[in-house]
Amino acid sequence: MSEDVYIVGAGIHPFGRTDGRAGRDQGVFAVRQALADAGIDWDQIGFAYGGSAAAGSADIMVNELGLTTVPFINVSNGCATGGSALASARHAVAAGACDFALATGFDKHPRGAFNPRPADYGLPEWYGETGLMLTTQFFALKIQRYMQLHAISRTTLGRVAEKAFRNGTLTNHAWRRSPVDLDTILNAPMVNDPLTKYMFCSPAEGAVALILTSGARMRELGLSGVRIASVAFRTRPEGSFEVFAPSIRAQPGGKPTEIASKAAYEMAGIGPEDVDVAQLQDTESGAEVMHMAENGFCRDGEQEQWLAQGWSEIGGRLPINTDGGCLACGEPIGASGLRQVYENVQQLRGRAGARQVPGNPRIGYSHVYGAPGLSAVAILEKA
Amino acid sequence: MTVRAAIAPGLWTDDPQPRLIGGRKPNGEIVFPMPQGDSADTVEPVMLSRRGRLWSWTTQAFEPKAPYRGPQPFEPYLVGYVELPGEVIVESRLVGATLAELVLDMPMELVIVPFDDATSTFAFAPETAS
Repeated sequence: MSEDVYIVGAGIHPFGRTDGRAGRDQGVFAVRQALADAGIDWDQIGFAYGGSAAAGSADIMVNELGLTTVPFINVSNGCATGGSALASARHAVAAGACDFALATGFDKHPRGAFNPRPADYGLPEWYGETGLMLTTQFFALKIQRYMQLHAISRTTLGRVAEKAFRNGTLTNHAWRRSPVDLDTILNAPMVNDPLTKYMFCSPAEGAVALILTSGARMRELGLSGVRIASVAFRTRPEGSFEVFAPSIRAQPGGKPTEIASKAAYEMAGIGPEDVDVAQLQDTESGAEVMHMAENGFCRDGEQEQWLAQGWSEIGGRLPINTDGGCLACGEPIGASGLRQVYENVQQLRGRAGARQVPGNPRIGYSHVYGAPGLSAVAILEKA
Repeated sequence: MTVRAAIAPGLWTDDPQPRLIGGRKPNGEIVFPMPQGDSADTVEPVMLSRRGRLWSWTTQAFEPKAPYRGPQPFEPYLVGYVELPGEVIVESRLVGATLAELVLDMPMELVIVPFDDATSTFAFAPETAS
C-alpha cells in the first residue's frame, strides 16, 4: 500500500427497529452524521460505495444527499456488503482516485429468521422444502460439534450472551438495552439446540457510514482519524464447513475466517497479541466462541476459561464486542460489518463513553462472517 | 400401505436396502447430492454407504419459513450430519432417537421416512442391532 488511508468520519443510525423510516433513509442519516464528524461536505466525496441486502440500492441516496455527479457503486455482497464497500473505498483513496471516499451500508429486514431461496445458492428445492436450509441450524451444528471436541459448556454460551446484553446497556446505538441474566438466557426456549433464543441475534435495521481519506490530505486539512492498517476479505476455501451445505468433504479444509485473519495480520505487520479491542461476528453465542480461536486470540477450548474469568469483558485482557455485537444490536446485513468498524473507530478515538475500553486502546480488530462462507477482517490503528 | 413419492428424483436408490446417490468428482472428492445440469458433466454417480457416524446434530424447534413445506401442524425435528467413512459427510434429518440419546460418533444408518402424506425423504437413525 503506497498510501496510508484513514477513517476521518463515522456515523451510525441506531440499530433495532425504526418504524416509519426506510432503510435507505437510515443510511442517509448515517452519511450526514459521518460528514459532520469529518467536518466535510457531501460535494467533497469523490467516490462512494454502499449497499443493503433487503432495503434497495444505495446510489439512490444521492436524491437526498445532493446530485453532485459522484460515482456511486452499489455493493450487493450479502454479509460482506459493508466489508466490500470499505475495501473498495480504501482502494479508491490509496489509488489516488479521489480525496474523500464514502463506505456505507444499511438494511431493514422483516421480522424473524431469514428465508433464503435454494436456487439463489445453487441448491435443489428439496433442500429447502424439507427444512434443512436454515442459517440457524448451521450455527447450531457447528458449535454443537465444537463443544463436543473442545469441552465448551452451555454456561459459556450463556456468558457470551450475558456479556453482549450487559455491553448493550452502555451503547446508544444498540437495540437490546436491558441486561439479561445467565439463568434466563440458559432456560429460554430452545431455537436450535444448544442455542436458546437469547443466544441468537435477530435480523434488524440500521445504517453506518464511514468517510475515508489519505494521510496526506488528513494532515493538510487538520482532520483527525484512525489509520486502516489492513482490510482482508476472503471467500471459502476447499473443504470448509459452511452454511447451506448438503454435504461436507470428509477431509477437513481451511476456514475463510482463519485465512482472512492471517492476511490482515500480515498486511498490518502485527499479531493477535497486539490487539487491544476486538469486534467478532456473533451471529449467535457459539460464533463468538469459535471466532475467538479462528482469529487467533486463543486456542480451541480456552474460551471456557476466558468467559469464566471475564477476560473478554470491557476492562478485561481483550474486550470483545464492546457495543454488544450482533446479539445486542441485531443484524442488518448491509450495515453489520461496518458497525464493527464504527465501534472500533469510537474506541480508538476515546469516544465510546460508558463502554470505553480503558488504557487508551491503540489497535482495533473487526471480523465479519456470513453466507455462503466469507469473511472480512479490518485492523485499525490509532494515529 | 401408502406408496409415497420421493421428495425429489435421484436422491437414493429404489431397492429394499436403499443407498444415497452421491457424485465423485474428477479429483476423487465425493459430494451429495449428485450435481445437476452442466456441473454434473465431469461427476460420476456413486452409491454411498448406508452406515456412518454422527458428526453433529441439532433440533429444529420453530417452523421454518417457505420454501419449507412440511406437514401441519408443525412438529419439531432433529437435523444432523453423518460421516460416511472415507466418503463424505451428509446433512440429513435424524429419526428414531431423542435429542438426549444423540452422542458424537454414534453409529447411524440410512432410512427412508414419510415426509408428508404424499412424499418420503431420507433420514438417518441409530443403527439397530439387526
